[in-house]
Amino acid sequence: MDVIKFIQEQTAKGHDHPDFRPGDNVAVSYQIVEGEKVRVQLFKGDVIQIKGQGATKTFTVRKMSSGVGVERIFPMSCPNVVDIKVLKRGKVRRAKLYYLRELTGKKAKIKERKFIKK
Amino acid sequence: MNGIIGRKLGMTSIYDDKGNQVACTIIDTTSNVVTQVKSEDTDGYTALQVGYGDKSMKRVSKAMEGHFAKSGSAPKRKIAEFRDCTLDKKAGDTISVDEVFAEGDVVNAIGITKGKGFQGVVKRWNFRGVGDATHGQHNRLRAPGSVGAASTPSKVIKGMKMAGRTGGKRIKTKNLKVVRIFAEKNLLLVKGAVPGHKGSFVIIEK
Repeated sequence: MDVIKFIQEQTAKGHDHPDFRPGDNVAVSYQIVEGEKVRVQLFKGDVIQIKGQGATKTFTVRKMSSGVGVERIFPMSCPNVVDIKVLKRGKVRRAKLYYLRELTGKKAKIKERKFIKK
Repeated sequence: MNGIIGRKLGMTSIYDDKGNQVACTIIDTTSNVVTQVKSEDTDGYTALQVGYGDKSMKRVSKAMEGHFAKSGSAPKRKIAEFRDCTLDKKAGDTISVDEVFAEGDVVNAIGITKGKGFQGVVKRWNFRGVGDATHGQHNRLRAPGSVGAASTPSKVIKGMKMAGRTGGKRIKTKNLKVVRIFAEKNLLLVKGAVPGHKGSFVIIEK
């Protein structure tokens, strides 16, 4: 296991990201290379799960796009994930928010966590 | 053919320069030692015999002890031969990964696959089974079907694919790309999977 850790430390040099939790509303800047051009795409939504550890840690962001739920999984240490901004801290009671998939409208709204312990 | 012996340590994924995630196998290649140099005059062919992995003295037979003593290397657990090896090495020399491979090379990996025990024809030969799950049918879902014709040839042809012991076989996986080499730790990362369980010996050849 130590060797795997060593290799992950050597190779997975992602960008530094702020801490966030499931339930938080985030904006992920994702770099896309199209031939010669490099552009940055923004994906805004709620974090519904954080999974894995080390270099293979990923998180899933869910948003509603014109009435259709869209989920995207981002690797935490991916060099193409340029920036993550935490827009809102959410108050949730579980680690995986799969229940949001069944809900729409006001029910799918996550309460904001206003008092954050430092 | 140049090569090296190693041990499969496990798998992980790393990112290439485009940011794509590449699944790769980690192979440990420390302590590769040349145990014998075979030449045209003495053996009829040229080859490099290489040993890997330390073996305790208790487990070495007298004959092998003598063989290792001749090259001046410690007893090794796994020995392999690489024919017409272009490395310029003498008996007793150590081989490190970066002498044999470079990043971007295409290599073959030889190992013994994980044993799966007695398996049916669907898992072993990718048969599709027979018939439906419904419409009154039962217990034919993973069946092999007919194994031969009737009065001609009135036998089952040799080599017919049937159920049996699966895995645990020496397999060569061809054309794996060397993703990365950590020379100071003697680690080799190849793209994709390599036969065998974690800790099993693998021969990597170019």
